[in-house]
Amino acid sequence: MSGKAFVFGDNIDTDVMAPGYLMKLPPEELASHCLSAIDPDFARTVQPGDFVVGGQSFGIGSSREQAAVSLKLLGVKAVIARSFARIFWRNAINLGLICIRLDEARYIAPGDRLSLDLQVGTLFNHTQDRRYSFDPLPGHLTGMIADGGLIPHLKKRLAAKGDLA
Amino acid sequence: MARGMTLVEKIIARAADRKSVRAGEIVTVGIDLAFAHDSSGPRRWAPMLEELGVGLWDPDRVAIVSDHYVPAVDAESAAILKFTRDFAAAHGVKNFFDMVGICHLVLPEHGLIRPGAVIAGGDSHTPMAGAFGTYAAGYGATDMAAIVATGRTWVSVPETIRVEWRGAFADGVAAKDVMLFLCKELGLDNAFNAVEYAGPTVEAMGMAERMVLCNMAAELGCETGVVAPDGVTFDYLREIGAPVEDEAAALALASDADARYATRHTFDAGALEPQIAAPHSPDRTLPVSGHQGVKIDQAYIGACVGAKIEDLRMAARVLKGRRVAPGTRLLIAPASARTTQEASADGTLHTLTEAGAILLPSGCGACAGMGAGLLAEGETCISSTNRNFKGRMGAKSANVYLGSPYSVAAAAVAGHITDPRPMLEGTAP
Ligand code: SF4
Repeated sequence: MSGKAFVFGDNIDTDVMAPGYLMKLPPEELASHCLSAIDPDFARTVQPGDFVVGGQSFGIGSSREQAAVSLKLLGVKAVIARSFARIFWRNAINLGLICIRLDEARYIAPGDRLSLDLQVGTLFNHTQDRRYSFDPLPGHLTGMIADGGLIPHLKKRLAAKGDLA
Repeated sequence: MARGMTLVEKIIARAADRKSVRAGEIVTVGIDLAFAHDSSGPRRWAPMLEELGVGLWDPDRVAIVSDHYVPAVDAESAAILKFTRDFAAAHGVKNFFDMVGICHLVLPEHGLIRPGAVIAGGDSHTPMAGAFGTYAAGYGATDMAAIVATGRTWVSVPETIRVEWRGAFADGVAAKDVMLFLCKELGLDNAFNAVEYAGPTVEAMGMAERMVLCNMAAELGCETGVVAPDGVTFDYLREIGAPVEDEAAALALASDADARYATRHTFDAGALEPQIAAPHSPDRTLPVSGHQGVKIDQAYIGACVGAKIEDLRMAARVLKGRRVAPGTRLLIAPASARTTQEASADGTLHTLTEAGAILLPSGCGACAGMGAGLLAEGETCISSTNRNFKGRMGAKSANVYLGSPYSVAAAAVAGHITDPRPMLEGTAP
C-alpha cells in the first residue's frame, strides 16, 4: 500500500511539530496543530500511511517527544530525511515511528506516492518510478522495533526475566 | 600502543565498565544522574512506569526541577506542577527543586553536576552540564522513563569535534557570540557528534561562560558539549560547598594528546565581533553591523543560557544611567532564585529596574513559549535565549533575533539592533 509524500525543507524543528504554547493540551489536540506554522493544511490533510519527507536535521531543537507522538497520532507511516537530529531520532524509534536516512530524499516531490519495504531496505517512489535503498537500522534496535517500541520491549523483557536487568 | 581517548570516550568507557571505547561503538552505560523538568518528567514518566509496574531505579540519582510551567498561569499548568510535586514526594525524590530556577542552572548551583559523570536529562540543553567535564546528553520522555526505571541506556559513542579558541575577546564580546558564530561556521547538522571546547581562551573562561558554550552544543545539533575540568571547575564547586574529592582523577579526564577527532578547528577570539542570529534559525548569524537598525518591540533577557548573574551584570553595564527606548520593552527573567538574590545583593537589579526593565519570574517563561513575555503577530524581539525557531516565543509571524546580553541590552536602549561596544566605553568591566 502506498502513501502520499508531504515534503518539508531543512531544519524542521520540534517546536513547529509541537508548539510550546499548546503543550498543555491532550495529545490528540496538540497533534492537530502539528507543523501548522509552516503548512496550515498538513494536520488536516495527512492520511494514515502517508509519509513526511524532510531535508537535513529533521527534528532539530527541543527534546519534546510530543513532536514524534503527534506525527504518529496523525498516522504518519515513516519520516524520510537526509539527516535527523539525535533526540528526535531516538524518540521516534522508541515510539515505533520509522525514521529513514536517505540522501535521495531531496528528489521526492510533494504528493509523490511512496511505499516502503523495511525487510529489504527499499523505498519505492511510484510517481517517479524510482527505487532507493537505505541502510537497515542498527542491530540492537531491531528487536525493540519488532516489539513495537521501547516500553513494550521492556515489558516483554520484564515478563520473560522477572526484572529489567 | 593503543591510541588515546577523548574526554567523552573516557567517561563513556568508565560508565560502560570498559577499559576503552571507540567512536561508533554501541555500548550500555550506567547513569550517574537522571533529571527532567515539569514538562518532560513525571507527567510523561508516570504512565510508562505504571505500564511497566516499576518505580525509580534509584531516587537519589534522580532530580526533578519545576521550571517550565512556573508559576502556574491557569488550571492546566497548576495541575502539571502539582502532579510533579506529588510524584517527587511519592517516589522519595529528595533532589526536587520547585520554582527556584531553570534546571540546567539549578543543578550545578546545588553541586549535583560532578566531573566525569554520565548525565541523562529530559531536555535538549542537558549538554550545559558538560561545562563540568561530564558526558551529558538530552533524551525524550520514553528514553527517560526507561532510564529512571533501569539506570541505564545505550549510547553510540560519538566522535568529537574539537574547537580551540586563542586570544582575548574585545570588551562587549561574550561566550554567546562564540556560539552564534559557531552555529554559522559548523552548521546545525552535527548529530551524533560531541563538541569539545579548548584552548587558552576557554581555559581563561569562568564556569558561566563555559556553560554557554556547552548549552548551545544543542544548537549545533551535537549530542553533548564538553570542557575538560580544571582549577576553574574545582574553584566553582568548592565555593558552593561541593568540592571535588579526587582532583587528579578529574584532571586525568582531559582528552589524550593522541586522541582522534572528527575535525579540529582553531579560531581567534580577538577577531570576533558581537554576533546576531536572524529569524528563524540560530545559524543565520552575522556580525551585529549586518543587522544594524532593525527596530525592536521587545528585548528579552532570559533562559538557562542567557540570564545567569554574569549575564545580568553584562546587561547592567550597558543599562547603567540609561533608559529603555520609548516604544520598546525590556523583560528580564533571572535564570534562578540564587541569581535574583545575587543581583539584588550587588545592586544589579537596581540598575536594571532603574533603566526600565520589567522583572519576570525565574523559569523558562517566554523562551519555551509557555510563560509570560510572548510576542504578538508581526512583532520583533531580540533575545538572549538560545533558539529562535518560528513561533517558539509566541505568534507565528513574530521575528526573534538572538544576541548576547550586551547586544540585547544595547538594542533595548537604542530601540533597534546596534553594536553594544560603544555603550561600554568608559564603564568598568
Ligand atoms: S530556558 Fe529555554 S532553552 Fe533553557 S531549558 Fe528552559 S525552555 Fe529550554
